[in-house]
This record gives sequence, structure tokens and C-alpha cells, in this order.
Amino acid sequence: MTVLTHAFTPGPLVSGGAVSVNLMAPIGRFSVRVRESGRDALGAAIGLELPTRIGARTKNGNREVICLGPDEWLLQTGAGETADITAACAAIYAATPHSLTDISAREITAKIEGPAAIDLLTIGCPRDIDQIAVGDGCRTVIDGISVILWRDGEASFRVDVWRSFAPHLLGLLQTGSAELSA
Amino acid sequence: MLLIRCPYCQQTLPELEFTYAGQAHVARPDAANKQISDEEWRDFLFIRTNVKGPHYERWRHAHGCGRFFNAVRDTVSDRFLITYKVEDPRPELSDLLEKSE
Repeated sequence: MTVLTHAFTPGPLVSGGAVSVNLMAPIGRFSVRVRESGRDALGAAIGLELPTRIGARTKNGNREVICLGPDEWLLQTGAGETADITAACAAIYAATPHSLTDISAREITAKIEGPAAIDLLTIGCPRDIDQIAVGDGCRTVIDGISVILWRDGEASFRVDVWRSFAPHLLGLLQTGSAELSA
Repeated sequence: MLLIRCPYCQQTLPELEFTYAGQAHVARPDAANKQISDEEWRDFLFIRTNVKGPHYERWRHAHGCGRFFNAVRDTVSDRFLITYKVEDPRPELSDLLEKSE
């Protein structure tokens, strides 16, 4: 029997040292896939432009979208907005076929901040973090787990991870933070 | 670790984000329009080249854009001569070798 024992209570996991890790509150998340011909129409329905460069982001109020692949985007919204998004996209489905999947329950987000944030990420992430521009993001891998990494500032990151992998990743981040603070 | 250029992301990224996906340009026999012999099916399904040297192969940017793409990699030195999108034509080996020198 599968038992989910982790509540993932939002709040600080690591604080006070060179890096802090915070578990963020639940939000709305969608996986969006659409062909090039329907991209503008779908963007208009969601309320922001879908960027075409992989890794680029656009933001409009609570809603933020990142381009993950040539025809794939991840949309994050406020926790209460998922019904609005679903309805807006359903309204244009006949003219603009697309795939919109609510993945709000699939992932959780950890915020990593502080002067040692990059050092902490390099424990498990093989990418050159410096090459991710501030305001961009990417899907990458941390210790074998696929994650979506958002770079919000020079030393401020968000990591989206599937909740079934989260205990492992959060444990790794906590262990790493302890070593960096020692 | 190998550094592999993803033709869709337009970035050179670490090998850990990618997975190998076998030999490239293996065309399925046109069974709808002609009779395919057992030997042709066998060749399509099982027979691979096992090259020592430049090898046309598929890779997938699994922990990234998720796309399959093609590459030419030297199986002796692990050096990538080129990576290109699946819809792009197969590059001639002589051109690649000339360019790499």
C-alpha cells in the first residue's frame, strides 16, 4: 500500500547560515503543450506571452510561464486560479487544440537563497549554474532527479521537484547546507 | 564527463542530462506498399553496425527539453563531431571529418 507520510508543511528548512532553504506554499501548476500555430492564441487565453527560447520566462501578476522545450511550457499560477485557467483554455480548445494538464499536486517548490546558494546546488547539479541567466530557468537534473530550476536573482533560486522525490532532495539540501555552514 | 550540444536548447550541457538512444537513421521497411522478407525485418529490428569510429546515433535530452536528436560520435575517442535535429538531413561523414581537422 502506498502511504504518503510527508506533509510538506511550508516553512524554513535551513536558515541562519550562508544559505537558506524554504519550502514554499502550494500553488497552481500546469503543463502546457501546443503547436506553433496555436501559441499566440493560447498565450492570450492564459494572459501572457509564451516565450519561444528554451529557458526563457514571462510573468504577468501571479502567473508565470517558462519554456521547457520547443512545444512545452510550465505555467505557475496562484493556488486559487486553476479553475479560471482551465476554463479559459477550454473555451478556445475547438479553434486551438492544445494540451493543458493540471500538475499542481505533482510538484513542490523549495526556495534556495544566500551567498552559498550556487555552491549548494552544485552538490547535485552538473550544469554550470553561472550560465543560467538571472530571470531564466531550465529543466535539469539534481542527483539523478529531474527538477525545474528557476533563477530569480544572483543567489536566489527556486527548485520544483516531484513530491515523491522531494524527501530525498530536501534531505540532500539540508545535509549540504550543514556542510557549507560548518 | 562528456559535454553535449543540444540542437534544440542551443546549449552545451553535461552528459548526465542526456540518455543514449541507439543507432540513428534506421528506417522502417515500407510494409504497406510491398512484401517485406523475414531477412529485411530481421535487419531492421536487430542488426546494428557496431562501428569503431564515427557513429551516427540518437540521443535524448531527457532531463531538459525532452527531445530526441541525432549525433555523430567517435566511439573510440567519445568526441562528438556534430549534433543535429531529427528533421535535418544526415550529414556526410567526409564533410564532418574535414571540418573537424
